[in-house]
Amino acid sequence: ERGHGPYQPHEPGYGLDQPGYSPYEDQIPDPQARMLAIKNAKAYLLKTSTRSGLNLYDHFANVLTKILDEQPTNTVDIIEDISKDVKWAQFRKKMDTLRDEHLILPTFEAAEKCKALFVKEGGEEEREEVEEEMGQPSLPNVMETAFYFEQAGIGLSKDESYYILLSLKNLINVQPIQTCRFWGKILGLEMNYIIAEVQLREGAEEEETGEEGEETTAEGEKEMGEAEEEDEEKEKEAGPPKSTYKPPPEIPKEANGTGTNKYVYFVCNEPGKPWVKLPPVTPAQIVCARKIKKFFTGRLDAPIVSFPPFPGNEANYLRAQIARISAGTHVSPTGFYQFANEDEEEEEEGGDTYEENPEFEPPPVAEMVESLTTWAHHVKSILKQGRCVWINPSQKSEENEEEEDEEEEDKEEEGEEQQEERGPPLLTLISEDEGMKDIPAWTAQASTNLIPQYSVAILQSNRWPGAYAFASGRKFENIYFGWGHKYSPESHTPALPLPVQAEFPSGPGITETVDPTVEEEMAFKAAQEEALAEAEEEEGEDDEGEDD
Amino acid sequence: AGGGAGLSPERRAALGASLPLVQRDYRFERVWFWGCIQGVRGAYYIAQGLGPDRAAPRSRLYSLNCLDWSLLTPATKEMLALAEQVKGRFQGDPSFEYNLAEINAEAAARLIEGGKEPVIKEEARLIATIEQIDRAVGIVPRGAFVKTPLGSVHENRHFEGLSLVEAKKLSSYFHFTEPVNLKNKTLLEKADLDPSTDFLDSLEHDIPRGSWSIQLEKGGSVVVLRSLLWLGLTFYHVPRTKQFGYVYFGTGEKNLDLPFML
Repeated sequence: ERGHGPYQPHEPGYGLDQPGYSPYEDQIPDPQARMLAIKNAKAYLLKTSTRSGLNLYDHFANVLTKILDEQPTNTVDIIEDISKDVKWAQFRKKMDTLRDEHLILPTFEAAEKCKALFVKEGGEEEREEVEEEMGQPSLPNVMETAFYFEQAGIGLSKDESYYILLSLKNLINVQPIQTCRFWGKILGLEMNYIIAEVQLREGAEEEETGEEGEETTAEGEKEMGEAEEEDEEKEKEAGPPKSTYKPPPEIPKEANGTGTNKYVYFVCNEPGKPWVKLPPVTPAQIVCARKIKKFFTGRLDAPIVSFPPFPGNEANYLRAQIARISAGTHVSPTGFYQFANEDEEEEEEGGDTYEENPEFEPPPVAEMVESLTTWAHHVKSILKQGRCVWINPSQKSEENEEEEDEEEEDKEEEGEEQQEERGPPLLTLISEDEGMKDIPAWTAQASTNLIPQYSVAILQSNRWPGAYAFASGRKFENIYFGWGHKYSPESHTPALPLPVQAEFPSGPGITETVDPTVEEEMAFKAAQEEALAEAEEEEGEDDEGEDD
Repeated sequence: AGGGAGLSPERRAALGASLPLVQRDYRFERVWFWGCIQGVRGAYYIAQGLGPDRAAPRSRLYSLNCLDWSLLTPATKEMLALAEQVKGRFQGDPSFEYNLAEINAEAAARLIEGGKEPVIKEEARLIATIEQIDRAVGIVPRGAFVKTPLGSVHENRHFEGLSLVEAKKLSSYFHFTEPVNLKNKTLLEKADLDPSTDFLDSLEHDIPRGSWSIQLEKGGSVVVLRSLLWLGLTFYHVPRTKQFGYVYFGTGEKNLDLPFML
């Protein structure tokens, strides 16, 4: 565009606006006019926008600078986006410093915690003493286990496994622990759980049972007090009818160190966070956990809203699921463990203790994969009652009070049978696990077909998706990664609510009857008068009185 | 990897070798590993390939050992309808046939009338399941893809990742399928949207509410979203970078108990 208009004949440059005579070709630019044009254009570009306070000139300069700095490919396609970004960048600067400070907190906190894991504990003298007294508590070699599981394609990233190893080390230093094992990881909605299976040293356990014993005696006293009140009510006849509902006797939980409570579990949300101990599990919780299916949120104190109402909060539900998973899926090569006293094997009491078999010869990996008879459960399965060892609840209540004895015996005679439940004995082979529909309970694979001499036998459970076990020679391990639910081929149907209970037992006192009609009433009155007259006549014969 | 499922080093190495070959053979622009569906007797490894248009129907390949890949035909509506009837785990054998007569007598009758056998092969079920999973829970962060005025969808080369604040919100993630709910939004909401980036459904309105679990791992350096409807779908994104992706490791079954579990 040429800023100067058509030349008049008397002006210099006349004829130059014809093509061929333009100033460019003569290479004698007309500096003044051109400079004026440039100034006009620049002034236009520098015109500040009334809305945003930017001007086009600066904006173009910034955009071009950015493009020349970054040199992205196919710039012409994304030119508009670049332009927008440059505009946004103007605003970002002001808020930048503030935002940086906010952002620092969560990321760096977590990093600090992880770093703390790496710091060696001060006071090496203390550590040496502890080790001499108690013997070294065994820190599980999480990295080795992780390596084997990685061959199967299962596991966490190496970083995370290492963090877990370090936090387990912390746990061992803090708590009096005899043996420790990384049990697995359960995913939750907001946070996940990392779980360690632990056996406490004997002294520590006794303290706890002492406390719990006191609690149960206090409850027992309460029950006595209530029973006395109930007796008084029985004597009153004019009270509201007493409810005939007796809640089923509460099944006592198993003592620490046996059955479902054989191990103590510690959880933490992330490696670096403090470990929390999970309370021991009661049979009622296990029975209820079998009926509900809920996600874990990640907070141990979250309530579980479900039907049937779960007795406890998320910590109890987590513990119950851990118990079920352990009972269902912890396996070891057959023969690795054997019963302590094979002669005195009693099904009710014994079978809980096993020890390593020193003469165990590991079968080759191929065999372990092909047949499931080479694997056996080493955790007792949980009966329907919710315990590993069946207990007759009516026996227990005899100890508490004597008055209820008669009622209980009556009930037993009436035929409330509580059959003794027997589960499969301790070291059953997993080939006897039933599958669901067409799906076998376990899937066995070798980790690699290409290199048989180093491959590892891997077991996946189909009943509890996420439970894995591996075996390679004498080494074996179980682990769980998942959401914590059992697999069921049908959809989960929650229990239906119970039928509405009758308020009062029906009887003549409260049932409605049809009001008598007038004729019936008259007849009744006549009959009464007759009876009265007869009675009076009899009296009249004796007394010679006047009667009608 | 935080979910506990992963690939063994052998498989990873095999994938690294075989996926580029797939790209060469099928002339894809991009190939990536979609995930793994575990059957009772074996596992299927799935890969996806794309041509230049990102929103075009994707070609899927499956393999039993991460080395030999076979192309899967695109899913048809019949396949999808039939596959929804079949429940239970995958068997691990692509030629396994599910007997439809046991499952749904009507569908079997229809097939018989049509002159076909009342069975559905596991391969078809696999195709349908992958398609369902992608449609239901295949997600991308907001801003990662732009729609040009011509209608084709490209990756946004200017996408620099979500900020930490945005990454925690469900509304910053979109389903990468045809939008269903977009037109139902009120005019007020529409005014805030930017048509070049907001042309997909966001996750906020997923039914049932709460079917996604968002977690920040490693103190916020990675955002992980896990779907609760299809257990095993994990989406990750490193905020402030261009890295994101999703992968499925699971049994290939929809979690129908979800409303009870929340």
